[in-house]
Amino acid sequence: MNRRILILLLPLALFLGGSVFLYKGLFSDPTRLESVLINQPIPEFELQDLHQLDKQHSREIFTGRPMLLNVWATWCPTCYAEHEYLNELKATEGLYIVGMNYKDERDKALNWLDNLGNPYAIDLYDPKGMLGLDLGVYGAPETFLIDSRGVIRYRHVGDVNATVWNNTLKPIFEQME
Amino acid sequence: MIPELGQFTLILALAAALLLSCLPLLGAARGNINMMLTARPLAYAQFFMLLLSFLCLTWAFVDNDFTVLYVASNSNSLLPLEYRISAVWGAHEGSLLLWVLILAGWTAAVARFSRALPLDAVARVLAVMGIVAIGFLLFVLVTSNPFERTLPYFPVDGRDLNPLLQDPGLIFHPPMLYMGYVGFSVAFAFAIASLMTGKLDAAWARWSRPWTMAAWIFLTLGIALGSWWAYYELGWGGWWFWDPVENASFMPWLTGTALIHSLAVTEKRATFKAWTVLLAILAFSLSLLGTFLVRSGILVSVHAFASDPTRGLFILVFLMLVVGSSLLLYAIRGAEVRSHGKHELASRESLLLGNNIILMAGLLVVFIGTLLPLVHKQLGMGSISIGAPFFNSLYAWLIIPFALLLGAGPLFRWRRQQMGEINGKLLFALVVSVLLGGGLPWLFAERFDFWAATGIGLGVYIVVTSLQETWARATHRHSFGVGVRKLGNSHWAMILGHIGLAVSIIGVASTQIYSIERDVRMATGDSVTFAGYTFTFEGSRRDDGPNYEGHKGIIQVAKNGRPLTTLTPEKRLYIVQRMPMTEAAIDAGLTRDLYAALGEQLDDGAWAVRLYYKPFVRWIWFGAVLMAIGGLVSMADKRYRFGRNNGQAKEAE
Repeated sequence: MNRRILILLLPLALFLGGSVFLYKGLFSDPTRLESVLINQPIPEFELQDLHQLDKQHSREIFTGRPMLLNVWATWCPTCYAEHEYLNELKATEGLYIVGMNYKDERDKALNWLDNLGNPYAIDLYDPKGMLGLDLGVYGAPETFLIDSRGVIRYRHVGDVNATVWNNTLKPIFEQME
Repeated sequence: MIPELGQFTLILALAAALLLSCLPLLGAARGNINMMLTARPLAYAQFFMLLLSFLCLTWAFVDNDFTVLYVASNSNSLLPLEYRISAVWGAHEGSLLLWVLILAGWTAAVARFSRALPLDAVARVLAVMGIVAIGFLLFVLVTSNPFERTLPYFPVDGRDLNPLLQDPGLIFHPPMLYMGYVGFSVAFAFAIASLMTGKLDAAWARWSRPWTMAAWIFLTLGIALGSWWAYYELGWGGWWFWDPVENASFMPWLTGTALIHSLAVTEKRATFKAWTVLLAILAFSLSLLGTFLVRSGILVSVHAFASDPTRGLFILVFLMLVVGSSLLLYAIRGAEVRSHGKHELASRESLLLGNNIILMAGLLVVFIGTLLPLVHKQLGMGSISIGAPFFNSLYAWLIIPFALLLGAGPLFRWRRQQMGEINGKLLFALVVSVLLGGGLPWLFAERFDFWAATGIGLGVYIVVTSLQETWARATHRHSFGVGVRKLGNSHWAMILGHIGLAVSIIGVASTQIYSIERDVRMATGDSVTFAGYTFTFEGSRRDDGPNYEGHKGIIQVAKNGRPLTTLTPEKRLYIVQRMPMTEAAIDAGLTRDLYAALGEQLDDGAWAVRLYYKPFVRWIWFGAVLMAIGGLVSMADKRYRFGRNNGQAKEAE
């Protein structure tokens, strides 16, 4: 083996190394990898209210009662499907849901809530994805279960529907304090 | 019945591909002429089977056959006919079928237009392409069958085509892009076939060049078309988003650009051989990687919750086999390849090599930016997102040395250049470009900007050096008038390609820096003025289409008080998918675009309206078209008259 062959082997070696990551990426479960957030308090943040430009919200709004934090956007078709069910949950179970409008435009978001109804007790506006980044949000929709001390107990990636709520989220939500 | 015929012909195509991948290869190894002769008929058979299969799927769409799952998911009886046809490649299964059809098309084209090649070379090349076809045919048949039925409970109507794709630009964009992607399989097959025999000579480069150029032209046009589509259809006025899917097409383009230049050096100077072969392998590998990234959903999976890991795994295994074995072959055989040409530091070879390296650096930037989020996540460092600022800032710096080398390169001689001969020319070009680059924004724009000046200066520099080179070449032996007509195709191809890039650079720099964007709430009668244009909103009216509800806004545009044009942007709500779409209205011009898009309808008849002034934005795509024309001119060169000149074939043997 002279040096030239070693150099020529370099592309192959790089390729094989890279493939390992491609392989792992294929089977990675996005919900499992972010488990570090579970049982951690919601990070500090400062976000504008969607409706009132001069109103700021911080970590404090997540304390006092168990609640859901729902991340949504108007560019997300799955959110559209989910929205109807969130309205229903609020009506039937009286849930306290905080909505976070994620990487979106204010006008679009307000219009959406006007047309489809607003299931959220508080509407956070996160156009740059600041809090979303801290929470490790990949996309929308995502839903976090948060207990009365502001600690994240569960994270669900994807839409909340009747099956997900009854089988997965509800049992956890009912055990939270 | 017709879908079953499609399925059946797909299986027959697989059979043809299996035979194509072994018979000719065995024949070439044993010197058995009869076995080698099977290559061409098998290539044709594979193509016709796939064409038939593709037509069957098209028929299912035209006929609104919702018993076919793929049709039911991507079409609707209200969809206009042209979109029912383009819906064939509107989603995963169909676009893969198009992918293999195009691969078979290129294979058949190689079979048809390679009369001048020695038989064993043809046999090897076609066999390598057959191996690639097997992988993709198996992928279609096993994991992504477009002919799957919904029987016995078939839907009455389909779920409609994604409204984003219901646009004329999208009818042509994917086929163009695939022609480019898959076209690199030809250069790849030639490279592998040559590595098998160990014969990497100038003839190999000459055979590969027109095919590589053809693929590169398609890819260039495909990318430009996609960028243009994103500009007018997405309603954001942007023309490139550094989105993983875009990057997946940009990476083979960068490599392809390096490859066409490196092939030219290998053909003319018999040097850079090992490097050229590596680029040929790399260009196609990146096409495959692009397919993997887009089709496995590995990067976008977070938004597509129903992504299927078996599909990704299949492509990954295939990628490992094809790319891994090619690189292994390269490592084993590459050592035998010796380059003979010698050159000094000041030579055209060095400058070409320099730009090849910068192109690879650009590739690395895109590669890292696209894949780092994935690697980062795998290493347990949390998820990160790399956005446009990362790419933009790195590309802004990379383009400077790139343009400087590109402009100077053609002025340099092969092998060795006395700097004294060209120092004057280079200095002149630099002075002109600094004056114009700095002067034009200073005179005509509202404010001076370093990056705009840099972009315009680099564009001017490339144009000036191109003119200098044409002048020098034409007046070498004759007077300019006579000499300029004697310049060959390859010269004009280079000039067109380089000036095309200059035009694009000027377009990018001007648009990025001097665009003006206004988001305003407009009620009937409201008007806004900027950049010398007054936009007056005259209300909106309903304008429904076959499968959507639409609103048209009417915006009068006046320049300095005189009426100029009327823009009618549209907002559509597609009924089946409940998806709103923005149709921007654009008044296009050589020096600027005026762009209007409707946002949301607000109360009392007012609308949120987005208005843009985009200077020189057309130049970006115009430059790409010039580059593609350059490619065509180069392909029309006499040297590449396929198949007619048998004398050349003998000489090559």
